[in-house]
Amino acid sequence: MMKQFWIFVKKEWLHILRDRRTLLILFGMPIAQILIFGFALSNEVKNSKIAVLDHANDDVSRKLIERIEASKYFEITKILYNDSDIDPAFKQGAIRLALVLPASMSEDLHHQNDLRVQLISDASDPNVGTTLVNYMSSIINDYQNELIALNKLPFTIKPEVRMIYNPQLKAAYNFVPGVMAMVLLLICSLMTSIAIVREKEMGTMEVLLVSPLKPALVVISKTIPYLVLSFINICSILLLSYFVLNVPVKGNLFLLLAEGILFIITSLSLGMFVSSIAATQTAAMFGTLVGLFMPTLMFSGFMFPVDNMPIPLQWLSNVIPSKWFFNIVKAIMIKGLGFSAIWKETLILFGMTCMLFIISIRKFDKRLSL
Amino acid sequence: MPENYLIEVNNLTKRFGAFTAVDSISFNVRQGEIFGFLGANGAGKTTAIKMLSGLLTPSSGDAKVIGFDVKTHAEKIKKNIGYMSQRFSLYEDLTVFENMRFYGGIYGLRSIEINTKAEEILNVLNLLNERNILVKSLPLGWKQKLAFSISILHNPPLVFLDEPTGGVDPITRREFWELIMEAANRGTTLFVTTHYMDEAEYCNRVSIMVDGKIEALGTPLELRQQMGVTNMEAVFLSLARKSSRSEL
Repeated sequence: MMKQFWIFVKKEWLHILRDRRTLLILFGMPIAQILIFGFALSNEVKNSKIAVLDHANDDVSRKLIERIEASKYFEITKILYNDSDIDPAFKQGAIRLALVLPASMSEDLHHQNDLRVQLISDASDPNVGTTLVNYMSSIINDYQNELIALNKLPFTIKPEVRMIYNPQLKAAYNFVPGVMAMVLLLICSLMTSIAIVREKEMGTMEVLLVSPLKPALVVISKTIPYLVLSFINICSILLLSYFVLNVPVKGNLFLLLAEGILFIITSLSLGMFVSSIAATQTAAMFGTLVGLFMPTLMFSGFMFPVDNMPIPLQWLSNVIPSKWFFNIVKAIMIKGLGFSAIWKETLILFGMTCMLFIISIRKFDKRLSL
Repeated sequence: MPENYLIEVNNLTKRFGAFTAVDSISFNVRQGEIFGFLGANGAGKTTAIKMLSGLLTPSSGDAKVIGFDVKTHAEKIKKNIGYMSQRFSLYEDLTVFENMRFYGGIYGLRSIEINTKAEEILNVLNLLNERNILVKSLPLGWKQKLAFSISILHNPPLVFLDEPTGGVDPITRREFWELIMEAANRGTTLFVTTHYMDEAEYCNRVSIMVDGKIEALGTPLELRQQMGVTNMEAVFLSLARKSSRSEL
């Protein structure tokens, strides 16, 4: 039995190695995703184009403008002279934010201890709009505090902010776990379901079933190479994130790898499940992409925070395996927590895996015997 | 001396819900015989083959294949039969030899046995130079002959061939049948389904299935005489016209 198992696994490797294009996708995809998320796609805001309308044009206002110019977040591309110029500048799309400084600026500041400026932000992308306003406000506040410090207020409340787990607010801390969950799910589920359904489509499955091989053995041995490939992918993602993105694994590396293997097996079972339903390769691909990939993207918490979703969707998100894996990776990798913090998630993944595995093996035995 | 039957079928029936795909068929296949299993599309041939090869459990009736009951000993049957379907049973992205090694391996043959067998087959099929090329670059006829040779690589006493010559040109079909007859001469029993009535003439005995039932059984000569016609085509047509199930 073992010998037949290895013969089968060997054959499966040959299929994968002969198919250069798929091989390239298998190993290229995680690397490309990490690099794309790391360097091209980012929700950090840098060098946003803004306009300044300076009615004051005095020492106080010019110092503020200098400060804004010095920050890496903003680039002043337009100097306006009239309130009526603001609207056209936004309409052209030339700027994302306009700063209007009143003529009475230094007077307000010195006599009333109250600096009032106007910020007009393009909120067609609400997140960017809010972020820009926040950045600008904090620059202005800093400046104000400095000026006021000279005149001494009776008392001030100054919050001391510490961003724990990710002090530099690097997006990588969020997307490395996310990419890991996505890539593993894609490779394991998509590739295995296609590989299994291909045998059905080609008619070789029939011959295998007439042979003394057990259907369960056929299906399981088809998943083994993908388990190995996915494990290599976890390692390459971790290496990239350490050396290229400077995101180290804070917690126990072996615990992380073990959880990774658990999630790989979950995804492989999902792939087996899809292939036990799908009759053609196209159906398998469609099923995995729409049925698994889209929900993963939306409900794993990687792109959109689950806590903000309506309650029914929050419930729905609980059946997405990637959500749990995403939490596990974040806990171990970013927060440096141990098994006691993630045993619940682990148990849930384990339960899902067992269920999917048993259902699909049963389905196979039954369906293939028809 | 009782005849040595490799397949014994008694009132074998398969129902899918209200539909009776195979309706109480009975027949025997002798050792070393080429048994033609004819019938129009949808007559129930494939369902019958699946029951005989242990893929499908019968609803009622019983069948013994190589002395094993299909209901209780499907695993033993699987070890001892060869199978080739109308669709391709070879892996196109593996080489000729890799295919042989794989199929030999899953039947538990040792590497030495596989190697000897492989040389033998390559020799017979004149494929010695194609040993290490991918199957997808072989012409269709060669693939089919290779698929057949691989299905008997583990020397099974009984082989099921489910429309093995679909889509092949007449010359290759002729060559294919020469391989079948050679195997029969070596004592292998062959159970063949086909659409081609000229191929039916090569069989020792044929059965014709219509709407799940066996309507005729005998040597091609007997059947022609019974029906008073000169060729198998006419025998087949006159029986198949009774069908309410299939479109001809």
